Amino acid sequence: MSSRTSQTGDKVFSTTALVAGVLILVVLFSVAVFLLIQALPAFFADPSEVTGGEGFWSYIWPIVVGTVMAAAIALIIATPISIGVALFISHYAPRQLAQGLGYVIDLLAAIPSVIYGVWGITFLAVELEPVYEWLAQNAGWIPIFAGPASATGKTMLTAGIVLAVMILPIITSISREIFLQTPKLHEEAALALGATRWEMIRMTVIPFGRPGVISAVMLGLGRALGETMAVALVLSTGPLIASLIQTGNSTIAAEIALNYPEAYGLRLSELIAAGLVLFVITLAVNMVARWVISRHKEFSGANS
Amino acid sequence: MSKRIDVQDLNVFYGDFKAVEDVTIRIEARSVTAFIGPSGCGKSTFLRTLNRMHEVIPRARVEGKVLLDGDDLYGAGVDPVTVRSQIGMVFQRPNPFPTMSIRDNVLAGVKLNNKRISRSESDNLVERSLRGANLWKEVKDRLEKPGSGLSGGQQQRLCIARAIAVQPEVILMDEPCSALDPISTLAVEDLIDELKDNYTVVIVTHNMQQAARVSEKTAFFNIAGTGEPGRLIEYSETTDIFNNPKEKSTEDYVSGRFG
Amino acid sequence: MTNTTLTRRQSKLTKGRLPKYAAWAVLAAAVILSAAIMTLIGFNAFGWGVLAAVLFTLGLTGISAAVEGARKAKDKLATCLVVGSFLVALLPLISVIWTVLVNGLPGLTPEFLFYSMNGVTGEFDDAAAEGNAPVLGGAYHALIGTLLMTLWATLISVPVGLLAAVYLVEYSSGGLLSKAITFFVDVMTGIPSIVAGLFAVAFFAVILGPGTKTGFVAAVALSVLMIPVVVRSTEEMLRIVPNELREASYALGVRKWRTITKVVIPTAISGIASGVTLAIARVVGETAPILVTAGFATSINFNVFSGWMASLPTFIYTQIITPTSPSNPDPSAQRAWAAALLLIVMVMLLNLAARLIARYFAPKTGR
Repeated sequence: MSSRTSQTGDKVFSTTALVAGVLILVVLFSVAVFLLIQALPAFFADPSEVTGGEGFWSYIWPIVVGTVMAAAIALIIATPISIGVALFISHYAPRQLAQGLGYVIDLLAAIPSVIYGVWGITFLAVELEPVYEWLAQNAGWIPIFAGPASATGKTMLTAGIVLAVMILPIITSISREIFLQTPKLHEEAALALGATRWEMIRMTVIPFGRPGVISAVMLGLGRALGETMAVALVLSTGPLIASLIQTGNSTIAAEIALNYPEAYGLRLSELIAAGLVLFVITLAVNMVARWVISRHKEFSGANS
Repeated sequence: MSKRIDVQDLNVFYGDFKAVEDVTIRIEARSVTAFIGPSGCGKSTFLRTLNRMHEVIPRARVEGKVLLDGDDLYGAGVDPVTVRSQIGMVFQRPNPFPTMSIRDNVLAGVKLNNKRISRSESDNLVERSLRGANLWKEVKDRLEKPGSGLSGGQQQRLCIARAIAVQPEVILMDEPCSALDPISTLAVEDLIDELKDNYTVVIVTHNMQQAARVSEKTAFFNIAGTGEPGRLIEYSETTDIFNNPKEKSTEDYVSGRFG
Repeated sequence: MTNTTLTRRQSKLTKGRLPKYAAWAVLAAAVILSAAIMTLIGFNAFGWGVLAAVLFTLGLTGISAAVEGARKAKDKLATCLVVGSFLVALLPLISVIWTVLVNGLPGLTPEFLFYSMNGVTGEFDDAAAEGNAPVLGGAYHALIGTLLMTLWATLISVPVGLLAAVYLVEYSSGGLLSKAITFFVDVMTGIPSIVAGLFAVAFFAVILGPGTKTGFVAAVALSVLMIPVVVRSTEEMLRIVPNELREASYALGVRKWRTITKVVIPTAISGIASGVTLAIARVVGETAPILVTAGFATSINFNVFSGWMASLPTFIYTQIITPTSPSNPDPSAQRAWAAALLLIVMVMLLNLAARLIARYFAPKTGR
């Protein structure tokens, strides 16, 4: 093996690696470009031809709100529970068990979304139906619980709960990692002052982990916004309404999945345009999350 | 303030491994007691058992008694939190809370017990504790700045101020100067000398000159070999340990023949 | 001995402390009280558990506040909430796995594994629902489809992801390009899977004309989801290869690319393989991108470059949403559950494999 061929090898290999790296940027860029190309007709179509008859933006608006609604329900439910679970694994569970328990929670993330969907539709929706009935009767004066309750339980709230289950392991695993990195020095300082376990967590673990938890929640939000199958299966979609326990509402992802198989022409462009909108929203959420994480890295006390 | 500690037949284990064996020692109130010995002889481990901080270490446990003016720290129904609020601790590396200002660091322990402390009262306490830690003059103009911005020696004195702000009976110090430069070390040593008027101070140190300078009584710990438990070899007046040791291994250690 | 050391006076350290049995006593009271309440308003086990937990938390916190003071009470409340949230998080996991097992096991027959849905019409299902015939049809075509599409996605993603990670760790000097790649790889991990599917659709629509639905289009969509996972895990593994190894190799006069291929990658291979396995586990369960890219077939198709293809997730979805016999959805539901069980088993095995690879094939260097 002469040094010349080997030198060529070096060049070829480094170039290939560079191309692979650049390819990723190209792919992400082309995701945006190709979606845009295919979506353009929907933006410029005659408003009366777009579904709903009032142009693309009035078509997309209710399902954007629905998407945000579903994700918000999921976050409100999942965030406190996830932080609790992360604290349980990092600071409460016996140390020998902690890793195994972490793995059990990670299993939640491994279950495919379609299975959550099927579970939601056949088990959860049925179980929740009487609860909705009760809510409609007793708390119906609150707009989000306004009756009549869906007879199938296939509502926004059910979909939100299923989404919460799906994003729980994401928020948990990141928060847990951050909590475990809390400097022992600071934890011991708090304990030596006579702090209880909870006071120690309040004084050291929470301030240290806050940026990490925020970005974990943002990543969970990104997942909840883009999740398709669980919502497509669980929610029986309809027009935008305030009540979470009636049939109605939809999300972008579910709208695409449910209508795509029969779509052609302008309808197809509409759905791809909807996908583009979803892409932009999740991209923004994820970029903010990553930005928080990277900023936190520079200022974290983990190495000091 | 300030109480006596009596340790009776104390054994410390990490899992099945016996780290410290059969320590019986009486530490007098209002005095400075130094623990010296080679690395790994269990002196830091033993120090931690005096305020139950060893419980932070996985699988560490204790047999025996530690009496604080007659009350057993390991008695049934004793909460480690109560123990630690009476027996404070200063660690090897200074560890002020990074998210808190200097002022909040000093008040950290006090606020746990007394949420509604008035502004003037807390101002008083901050000044008193920082004066007690010989730090007041250096930081009085920047109390609202983060504690992590101080030098290592200042941070360590801030930690001492934080420990004395809760008015403990005893202050344990685990090699408090090992991460400090000589000038900061001197400042902390001066402080220890003043603390003994009000507190029982127990200090673990690697530095024999330091033990000789600051302590009244000295305990020498040693291990027979790796895997063997650490033992208390000799305990008496500091001058006796350094000038007239009874045990051969103490003499070897203080004269620098090993360790 | 006990006689002489028994403290005659109350220890100052135990003042205002609840005895150990207090928590158990409160728990017993909470369980009994909630059982009584539930019997009054209609008993169900789930409500009983929840009510008992709530009563226990309130009771323990209240007693602690009265005896031990606010600080200890807060600590106890926090402990109850933290443990409670863990138990709540376990509920869906147990429920999902239980439901899938109970509903899926009866349908998981050899017939199901080795036959497709080709020719299975509503009439057969109607007969099966009336008990006149067994449930016909299976997920063989979907299984084949899942395996082929995942295989192609892996073939695309692994080289690209691996090389990109090599570029990031071994070649880039932390410049703008590598920062951009790292950042956008992270951002890509958050792309909704349906958007990845739409991208593949839009891409092939521009190149091959609209309406192109094949297994390969689906594989491209899955690659978009898979590449960032591969890059991230490979990058992490390459970064923990100690620099001494590289320097030792350079010192022997070995060229950089041979150092990378012969020293660095072999050292990190177990971690890389484990990361790739996890990436596969992730895409195996993807539904939405396949739905929009590969359509849904009922017969076997081995050719990823032409014709529609089914996959296990889309099979589950279509069986539930559009049962083969609209009047008797039960046979379809049975097939869907069986496929769900099969899919969960596959994903769990892949996850397990990833862990085993990481543990047993780890290089002997380091700790």
